[in-house]
Amino acid sequence: MTPTKYPIRGILLYLLAGIYFGVILTTAEMNSWYRIQEMFRFADFHMFGILITGVLTAAISVRLLKRFGFRDLDGQTPALEEKEFVGWGKKYWMGGTVFGLGWGLAGACPGPIYTLIGAGHSVAIVVLLAALAGAASYYALANRLPS
Amino acid sequence: MQPHTVLPWYIAGPLVGLTVPLLLWIGNKSFGISSSLRHTCAIASRGKNPILAYDWRKEGLWNLVFVAGLVLGGWGAVRFLDAGGPVAVAPKAAETFNSWGLGASQGLLPAELFSWASLGTVPGIVTVVVGGFLIGFGARWAGGCTSGHGITGVSNFDKASFIAAVCFFIGGAFAHWVVLPWIMTL
Repeated sequence: MTPTKYPIRGILLYLLAGIYFGVILTTAEMNSWYRIQEMFRFADFHMFGILITGVLTAAISVRLLKRFGFRDLDGQTPALEEKEFVGWGKKYWMGGTVFGLGWGLAGACPGPIYTLIGAGHSVAIVVLLAALAGAASYYALANRLPS
Repeated sequence: MQPHTVLPWYIAGPLVGLTVPLLLWIGNKSFGISSSLRHTCAIASRGKNPILAYDWRKEGLWNLVFVAGLVLGGWGAVRFLDAGGPVAVAPKAAETFNSWGLGASQGLLPAELFSWASLGTVPGIVTVVVGGFLIGFGARWAGGCTSGHGITGVSNFDKASFIAAVCFFIGGAFAHWVVLPWIMTL
């Protein structure tokens, strides 16, 4: 059942947005294990260039849109929520490092995993299943881990 | 192999950044991809785990549709835009990959690690299965991945995301400089 919050238009637009991002990830080789390893040994500027200009573009465009009082398609004023922060923010330090280890080994983060499946690397399905198992394990243990 | 065109960083970067306002415009959504793992876990948990007892249709359907788009985008880029060919690796890095026993790039991923046959080898298991597991565990512990923290959070000057992004790099550098050189010899 599709709730009223998701008219067909919305579903289609999110699908198109995903296709858009997937095409960029793949044509810029951001989903390549080689590119990620190059980045970690500072052997090439490509990935750094993308991350730096990407963050700048997002920061500037969102600020400009706010400045001009823009509304989303539903007429609401969109806002990015700040992430909750408890004490030293242990989960960001520890979870971040664990994620980084996986990122460095598999040479992919979640977005690239999906695009690699589409790009014909069927073994990326195993990476995705392993990531789901990792996420499920986290949720099973979450109460006992620093937050 | 025929050389193919790679989208240069100065075009790819701004296009990546525009995803953030694009999703805000479509429906006030915060760009982040590892949420799809959370929503999938929520579907599987059927409300049994209280942390995952939320309405995934309301909160997460858009995100699952978005990642379905990612799969299609990866397919389309290879099918119609000549992407997915051998990666022109920087010479310095190529030397290292060579010393790890990897041949010249045939595509986006080294077949020595990312193939069904490689799942029977230690390096294949560590990169594909252990790597994947840590990605999911760490991303959900940190509450986001390279997109949600690295792009969206950092561009929003979020303290939590700055810490997470720095740790992403520390963990990744450790995997690259310490773990991979070791396991590639096993």
